[in-house]
Amino acid sequence: MPTPSRYWREIPQRYRYEASRCTGCGKIFFPPRLVCSACGSREFEPTKIAEAGKVMTYTVIHTPPQPFVDQAPYAMGIVELDDGVRITGQIVDCDFSELAVGKRVRLEFRRISQDGKAGVIFYGYKFVPEI
Amino acid sequence: MVGIIGYGAYIPRNRIKVEEIAKVWGTDAPSYKRGLMLEEKSVPAPDQDTITMSVEASRRAIRRAGINPAEIGAAYIGSESHPYAVKPSGTVLAEALGATPECHTADLEFACKAGTECMFIALSLVEAGRIKYGLGVGADTSQGAPGDALEYSAAAGAAAFIFGKENCVAVSEETYAYMTDMPDFWRREYQYYPQHGGRFTGEPAYFTHITAAARGIMKKSGTSPKDFAYVIFHQPNGKFPFKVGQILGFNKAQIEPGWLVNKLGNTYSGSSPLGLTSTLDIAKPGDRILLVSYGSGAGSDAFIWKVTDRIDEVRDLAPKTRDILDTNKKYLEYGEYAKFRHKILKAE
Ligand SMILES: [Zn+2]
Repeated sequence: MPTPSRYWREIPQRYRYEASRCTGCGKIFFPPRLVCSACGSREFEPTKIAEAGKVMTYTVIHTPPQPFVDQAPYAMGIVELDDGVRITGQIVDCDFSELAVGKRVRLEFRRISQDGKAGVIFYGYKFVPEI
Repeated sequence: MVGIIGYGAYIPRNRIKVEEIAKVWGTDAPSYKRGLMLEEKSVPAPDQDTITMSVEASRRAIRRAGINPAEIGAAYIGSESHPYAVKPSGTVLAEALGATPECHTADLEFACKAGTECMFIALSLVEAGRIKYGLGVGADTSQGAPGDALEYSAAAGAAAFIFGKENCVAVSEETYAYMTDMPDFWRREYQYYPQHGGRFTGEPAYFTHITAAARGIMKKSGTSPKDFAYVIFHQPNGKFPFKVGQILGFNKAQIEPGWLVNKLGNTYSGSSPLGLTSTLDIAKPGDRILLVSYGSGAGSDAFIWKVTDRIDEVRDLAPKTRDILDTNKKYLEYGEYAKFRHKILKAE
C-alpha cells in the first residue's frame, strides 16, 4: 500500500502515463529518469507512453499481498507497449482462459487498491483486452 | 454558437439478468420484465466506480472533440455515488485528463439529474465566455437495497460531454429547467441504500416534471414533437420513457435510438446522457434532438440540440454506445454480483 504522499507524487504516471524521452538516443523512460541508462545523456523531453500493446508474459495470482486479497484470483502481466516500453500491471475484464502471450491490451483507468474502509482510494491503470 | 464538441460513453462489461435477481427473492421474473420492460442491467466490477467511468468516458469525449485537455476550464461530475463523502471526484477526473491546474471543478448531486446539471453549467460557462471548453459528466454506480424493486434496475455507466464554441457536433438551441421540492426518493447521510415513495415516484414526480419541462422548452423555442428527429427521456425503467413520450406526442421511432434501459438498467445520472450519446451515434446532420432528464427531489433539465455536419467526422473516433452495450458482456450470478456490490462482506 503506498502512503498518500507517495501516491500523490506518482499521479503523473498513474493517471496520465507521463514519461520522458532521451533526446540523445530516443529511449523512453517510465517513470522518468534523470540520466539515460542507454547513452548517459541528461537531456530529456516529456512524452507519454503508448496506451496499447501486447502481453509478453502473464501469471494468475491466487495468494496476493494484503491490499489485493479481495481481488484474488487476478491476472498480472508484463506488456510491451506499441512504443517499446514494457510495464507491469493487472489484466482485467479478461477471462483467464483468454489470456495469451501476444494478446492485444490497452490501458484503462481503475481503482488499484484502497486503504481499508476509511482510507485513501488509490487509482491508476490496469490492462483490458483491446476490442 | 455553443454546443457539444465531443461526447463519450462508458459502460462496465458485467451484467446481471432480471431472472437471476428474481430467483433469489422468489419474485416472478416474466412479470418484472414485462412490467418494467427490463431484461438485464450493468454491474460495476469492484475496481470501477463513478470516478473511473468518468475518466474513461471523458477520454473518449476528448478524442472526439480533438482538443488539448489543458484548455478544459471546468470539469463537473454529477453522481449520487461519488466514491468519497468528502474529497472531490472532479479533481481526480481533471488530473487524469490533464486539465489541471487551471480548471474549475465541482461534484454535483441531484438523484438522476446530476449529469444534465453538469452539462447545463458547463455549457452556460462556455456560452458566457468564461471558459474555452467545459466538461460535464453524468456517472453512477447506483445501488438498490437487496430485494427492493430498485435492485432490478440500479446500474452503472457514464456519459461525458465537452462544450465549446467552435467545431460543434450538436449546437445548443435552447435550454429549460423545471423544478419543485418533492420527497419521492432520498438517501440520508450514513445510509447505504436509498428509500423511495413507491408509486408516488410515478405520476406527480417523473411524469409531471418531464412533461412540464418538455412542454416548457417547446413553448420557449416554438417547436413541437414533429420538429424533432429524436427525443431522450430519463429511463428509470423501460416503460416510463415510452409512456411519457406518448403523453407528449412523440412516437416510438423518435425514442428508440436513445432507449438503452432494457439492456443497461437505470444508470441514474448517466441515464438520459447515455441515451444522448447513442442517439448522436446514429443522428444525421440537421437532426434536432430533445433531451429531458429527471431527478427525484425533483426536477427536469431540458435541452434542444441541432446536429451539425461534423458528427460524421467524429462519431467513429471512439466506441459507439450500442457497441459497448452489446459486446464483450459477462453475466454474473447473484452471489458474485452481491460480492461485487458489497452486499455481502467477508468476516473481518
Ligand atoms: Zn539516451
